[in-house]
Amino acid sequence: MPETAVPSAVDELKFRDPAKARALAAALGKVTREVGHAPVSVMHVCGSHEQAIAKFGLRTILPKGLNVIMGPGCPVCVTDLPEVDEAVVLAQDGKIIASYGDMLKVPGTAQSLADAQALGGRIEVVYSAAQAVELARDTTDDVVFFASGFETTAVATAAVALGDVPPNFSILSAHKYIPPVMEIVAEMPDSRVEGFLAAGHAAAITGWKIFERFVEKHRVPVVVAGFEPLDILAGLVKLIELVRDGTPRVENMFPRCVTPDGNRNAQRQLWRVFRTQGGRWRGIAHVPNGNLRLRDEFAHLDARSRYPIDLRRLWTHAPSALTQVCICGEIMAGLNAPENCPLFGKECVPESPVGACMVSSEGTCKIWYQYGGHPEL
Amino acid sequence: MCLGVPGRVLEVRGQTAVVDFFGVRRETRLDVVDEPVAPGDYILNHVGFAIRKIPTPEIGETLALYEMLLREAEHDIMAADVRGEIDAAPVAEDGPDA
Amino acid sequence: MSTVLRSPGETIREEVVTLKHGAGGQAMRRLIADILAQGFAPGPPDGIGLAAMDDGAAIRVGERWLVVTTDSHVVHPVFFPGGDIGRLAVAGTVNDLAMMGATTPLALTCAVIVEEGFRRADLERIHRSMQETCDEAGATVVAGDTKVMGRGELDGIVINTTGIALADAIVPDAGLRPGDRVIVTGTIGDHGMALMAKRHVLALEGELRSDVAPLNRLIAAALAAAPGLVSAMKDPTRGGVASALHEMAEKSRVGVVLQEPALPVSSVVRSAAEMLGLDPLHIANEGKALLGVRPDAAGRVLAALRAQPLGRDAAVVGECIVEHAGRVILDTGIGRRLVSEVEGEPLPRIC
Repeated sequence: MPETAVPSAVDELKFRDPAKARALAAALGKVTREVGHAPVSVMHVCGSHEQAIAKFGLRTILPKGLNVIMGPGCPVCVTDLPEVDEAVVLAQDGKIIASYGDMLKVPGTAQSLADAQALGGRIEVVYSAAQAVELARDTTDDVVFFASGFETTAVATAAVALGDVPPNFSILSAHKYIPPVMEIVAEMPDSRVEGFLAAGHAAAITGWKIFERFVEKHRVPVVVAGFEPLDILAGLVKLIELVRDGTPRVENMFPRCVTPDGNRNAQRQLWRVFRTQGGRWRGIAHVPNGNLRLRDEFAHLDARSRYPIDLRRLWTHAPSALTQVCICGEIMAGLNAPENCPLFGKECVPESPVGACMVSSEGTCKIWYQYGGHPEL
Repeated sequence: MCLGVPGRVLEVRGQTAVVDFFGVRRETRLDVVDEPVAPGDYILNHVGFAIRKIPTPEIGETLALYEMLLREAEHDIMAADVRGEIDAAPVAEDGPDA
Repeated sequence: MSTVLRSPGETIREEVVTLKHGAGGQAMRRLIADILAQGFAPGPPDGIGLAAMDDGAAIRVGERWLVVTTDSHVVHPVFFPGGDIGRLAVAGTVNDLAMMGATTPLALTCAVIVEEGFRRADLERIHRSMQETCDEAGATVVAGDTKVMGRGELDGIVINTTGIALADAIVPDAGLRPGDRVIVTGTIGDHGMALMAKRHVLALEGELRSDVAPLNRLIAAALAAAPGLVSAMKDPTRGGVASALHEMAEKSRVGVVLQEPALPVSSVVRSAAEMLGLDPLHIANEGKALLGVRPDAAGRVLAALRAQPLGRDAAVVGECIVEHAGRVILDTGIGRRLVSEVEGEPLPRIC
């Protein structure tokens, strides 16, 4: 088998050591039993955590008494129908839409971007906001960057907006801001969440101290964790220890990427370009300050100011009856599991998703469909 | 939420770095990283931007932290049993024939 | 189900053929089963026909089998690191014959459809590449057809090749039995990842090269090492190892357990996959085969494969089980999970 000869690869592989992972899982079993009640329920608010949990098969080694709930941590899933519709309308109007690959199959009211592409729309998949700018430089046609993702990703969009961009480039922001939605989840009356696992990469930007006020207010512990199997398991061990000891505080278990104050340079750029605005998160609720939108001084880059976007022409169809049955919202709030949805695996499959949870590679339903939720393998 | 990949900086040209991601090279923008970056440094890349310079010693520190968690758990008989099982298990590289 | 419950998006997706129908996954298999494989009179009773949706057809001729297969090739870009559309067109068809157990191609036909404006020099280069690949495989082209279409009516060039060969015994997709070992003949994901790095303006640099190659001689060596004991074969092209194994497991009604640490993946493909958020099991190969082998013969077949240059990274990667029929399970070394099939072309993701 080919060797991974590059030094950085070796460092990263240390965080995937199977023997250490199993030992950490055993430690997790021990602290979970010590809590004294079952199940112990904690929530992660990061799709990449779920992605890693699924990819490495961690659910098959988690202790039975531990319930790790997937929270609203997938920006693709929570992007609302009208936001997708805006991009679809702009594509229909002949604009080139540059989008991250994640957004292509997210259903809008009438179409997804992939549907728009099948019907002749020009959709380009980009890997970086900077590539969307390059795309605009290489054409005289208008290029709209459909900017999705949480604050970590919005930072890149901000950097691009602050740089030199050609006149045919604009931004359609569907960026979301995660801290407000944690408040909403923590305040849900049925909430059984005893602790939160926070996303390491977002915290690399915001710093871990941002969670201190949250912990104080809701009296639940928060642990910042990375994304390798050992990172996640160690993060869970620490979180359950805090639950067991009844000591709600913030712990940073990802010091190689997260500092107390985060990346101040990135924060400065983020808030120079974006402001928060309330808005609907698909399936969750109206989230005050949950959306990131371009500030007025960047109106010249804002696709919403530059182009008339008439969504009504998409709404000749009644919203699908299926979407009324979909329980994505309850699933993302940690109140329900995909297997309890009447559509799961039947009308709603990755090829033709009804709810957004089935679309994104980090959507709860898609991950369960692909990797099996609690498989007896 | 955000796919972050660590890589090693090979070359810096202004606001752009050429970064080696375990054998794949790609340009990464340095607009948002909050520390000066030089060849040999490790960075965390997200959507083509370096969002954090990773101090190499802290990789070791994190691993030491996990070792400590394990040592704490070592006193538990259950954990020791599991460790025994791991030691007895066939080595993964041998595949299913082992 | 009732149409009342359909969303407009679903209607669009059902009324037109979209790219996912060509991506080698379930959507494509359903399109073929629902439309394209319908209504033809059944083939010869003891052979393999359209309904089997195997790599090709097998028709009994006396004591032997005549194997026929056809494949149309489109690829973007036409020239890519490690190969080009000409090499792909010959290797693809030679490999489909080989996957049925027919490792000595009798003849190929070649139909070329070119867009007006296509550079003559490029056509010559593609033709040379086809010749070289034929020589490598011991194959030849005996008939052809050429069409030119107007600018914009076609994207560059399409090449169709048909291959025929005689075989003494047929190796179907559906022959896996519990206990059989699964062997992959080398590193996975090389072809798809090399192309993806070129598309989507990813600007990845590295030694990403397609593995496109004719496998008939490699497969001949494997079959000779254990006559009658190679139970099933398939080349994991579009949809990657995940799709090919699902198809084999479904048709054979067995479960397959893969050992992730045993899967050969080059470090550069592993890194690129990690960066783009993709699973190497979903990425296309054009010079690899999956073999089901009876347990006692696995060592011999593996040794025979590794003795060949194209098989030097071959590995036993899994085993067939009675339980979980039709499913593919991955043992990651840490835990276990189900392997999914891709829907549509895999897209780089950032989340």
